[in-house]
Amino acid sequence: MKQIYENLAVMTNGDSILINEIPICDITAFTATIIDAVDKGQRVSSFFGAKTDNADSTALYVILADDESNRLNVGKTIISGTEFPSITPHCPQVHLFEREIAEQFGIIPIGHPWFKPVRYCHSWTGMDAWNRNKNEPILPAVGDFYRIEGEQIHEVAVGPVHAGVIEPGHYRFQCHGEQVFHLEIALGFQHRGVEKAMETGPDSRSLHFMETLAGDTTIGHSISYCQIYEAFSHTQKPVRAQALRGIALELERLANHVGDLGALSGDVGFLPTSSFCGRLRGEFLNLTAYLCGNRFGRGFILPGGVGFDIDQQDVGEILHRIGICNKEITDAINLLWDNQSVMARFTDTGPISEDFAIEMGLVGPVARASGIMRDVRYTHPNGIFRFSQIPVSIYESGDVLGRAYVRWMEIQKSISFIINQLKTLPKGDVLVLPEKLNPLSLSIALNEGWRGEICHVALTDENGSFARYKIVDPSFHNWQGLAQALRNQEISDFPLCNKSFNLSYCGHDL
Amino acid sequence: MYKEILTRIKQGHRTMKFPKGAPPALSDRFRGRLIFDTEKCDPLCKICTEICPVGAIETESKRLDLGKCLFCTDCFQACPEKAISFSKDYRLSVRNREDLIVTTELKEIILAEELEKKMKKLFGHSLKLRQVSAGGCNACEADVNVLGTIGWDMGRFGIKLEASPRHSDGILITGPVTKNMEIALKKAWDAIPEPKILIAVGSCAIAGGPYIDMDQVNNGVESSLPVDLYIPGCPPHPLTILDGLLRLLGRIENE
Repeated sequence: MKQIYENLAVMTNGDSILINEIPICDITAFTATIIDAVDKGQRVSSFFGAKTDNADSTALYVILADDESNRLNVGKTIISGTEFPSITPHCPQVHLFEREIAEQFGIIPIGHPWFKPVRYCHSWTGMDAWNRNKNEPILPAVGDFYRIEGEQIHEVAVGPVHAGVIEPGHYRFQCHGEQVFHLEIALGFQHRGVEKAMETGPDSRSLHFMETLAGDTTIGHSISYCQIYEAFSHTQKPVRAQALRGIALELERLANHVGDLGALSGDVGFLPTSSFCGRLRGEFLNLTAYLCGNRFGRGFILPGGVGFDIDQQDVGEILHRIGICNKEITDAINLLWDNQSVMARFTDTGPISEDFAIEMGLVGPVARASGIMRDVRYTHPNGIFRFSQIPVSIYESGDVLGRAYVRWMEIQKSISFIINQLKTLPKGDVLVLPEKLNPLSLSIALNEGWRGEICHVALTDENGSFARYKIVDPSFHNWQGLAQALRNQEISDFPLCNKSFNLSYCGHDL
Repeated sequence: MYKEILTRIKQGHRTMKFPKGAPPALSDRFRGRLIFDTEKCDPLCKICTEICPVGAIETESKRLDLGKCLFCTDCFQACPEKAISFSKDYRLSVRNREDLIVTTELKEIILAEELEKKMKKLFGHSLKLRQVSAGGCNACEADVNVLGTIGWDMGRFGIKLEASPRHSDGILITGPVTKNMEIALKKAWDAIPEPKILIAVGSCAIAGGPYIDMDQVNNGVESSLPVDLYIPGCPPHPLTILDGLLRLLGRIENE
């Protein structure tokens, strides 16, 4: 029998409810409920603050995902004053969420074990959890870092500008020779203020923020945003549009997974697969461009459906091209598993145990590579995934090999899914125009982006405008996993471990 | 070893012939340079100005700023007179910011000219660039990276992305320049020996992109550093980026 919590409202993915239907409990009961639910197997998909009518108090909302019963549980509490007892010591997966709440609203989680800013920006309320001067600029990555001292210990600091073409972030390694004892990651360099800018929307820029929130996940984030829009306006999007969205989402996964496998082989010095995959990634981006004119899918996903339809001739062309890609990537990627030196470098590098992954609430291929059945397409399906399931790809080793192999399994499943969808594409329209958004409501959208679970939650005000728009990119859950994966590894394995996670900086920094 | 060689043979030779041969085929839906047909345009109608998410269109003066433009379909869909359309022209790079503004008098943009004689002598056959992402969403970064793959093989023109600014001839910047990246960008720029060049890729780096006028970002790189080449797009297609770089080095002449 599943535990039913009277403190929580029950929803499913893509639902909308009135805010006053969410039970409000005090902070003690709120904390106890989160700890108990997480102990019993739920996980924290989102945890965020929101303004209340009273300037001295802040509302906290939690979204708990119950993967076994496909339910999303929503809890709410109101904090008056500037502090609340930290939940992190009892439930580590909220550690970054609490730091974020402190940074955005200036309220302090008392007892947080490593209380630092997340994005190094000023709060939205004028209060500051670190008592910093209002007029002084806040510099990123400045402040305490965890440090190990000793005669033979040395510290390596890297970034924000790295050697390759990647986004900025700062890493501090505590090392003994080659061995890494501890890695701490400081982000925030990409902070653009997306969540704040979404308030008072939807407006002409809202969709464009979503498309550029993490550019390599344009489809994943814009589908999530549109789902929120459609839930608030009770829009039934056409089935054909749902199928086309599914195709676009899987094309995005294919491009990125193929690119990642190429990058991984490049990092172990195995150049054939690296070169082949570099080109093949582009073939999938070109297929997305075939659908909508943009390689990343800009302009394809719109509230109420999709912006472009395809005809029978297009279906034939896409099937033809994807058939060729399928053959070529199979050849290219199988070289990896047949090559002893590649396997020796992938195996046992950067391991993440199943227990750690569960405790920290990791998501996506990273969680699945540690043996966890966690895939929104399967556990909280919406859109086309309600009609057509994709098997969940799981591996047990939890190391770089596991994360690479999960990607390879997913590549094969996504290709079959796309072929299947194209052959059975429903007829009809691809776009309906949504009505106005419901006032004073809350809506949740979950999607399995290629990095893992994307969670969008929105609250509307009395006019039906966004009063709060909360985005959780899968990277937000997984960065701590990368830090853990480096423990007791060689520092020279960092690039390889980093690629096997391939997390988003801008998706985290928002 | 046998399998690797066999796969290599199957995969074949993939480097494109461009710029000597034809460019790779683009999607029929590719959104290249915008065309603003002022004759069809109703001067009283301001729909496109109002709908443009980044204020790239001024209806009264009939100016369209390709530097700000996100190449989204919003204006194109909304225009009742169908006065705005997309061409498939991927050539968009310019040397001067004002060349990105399309007006009634000037429908064609002035494509980038090659570097000055002395600079071209230095960089024409070997250009090493440091890429700095300053708030970029990773789409521009990804399509810059693509130029290093075997299909595009930017290395055949002597253009290479370098790890250290000290080994570089310039910066290729993406992103609107977030406040949190200002110092790092300045340090990277200062570390590059003179003479040096700056290439702004994408509407964010040129004018702020969708983040234009927001508190946490600057409106592109221009306010702090001098730009030598503007490559518009959101993100620009790899072909647009390569075309711009090659024009700068004098490898593609204005036709």
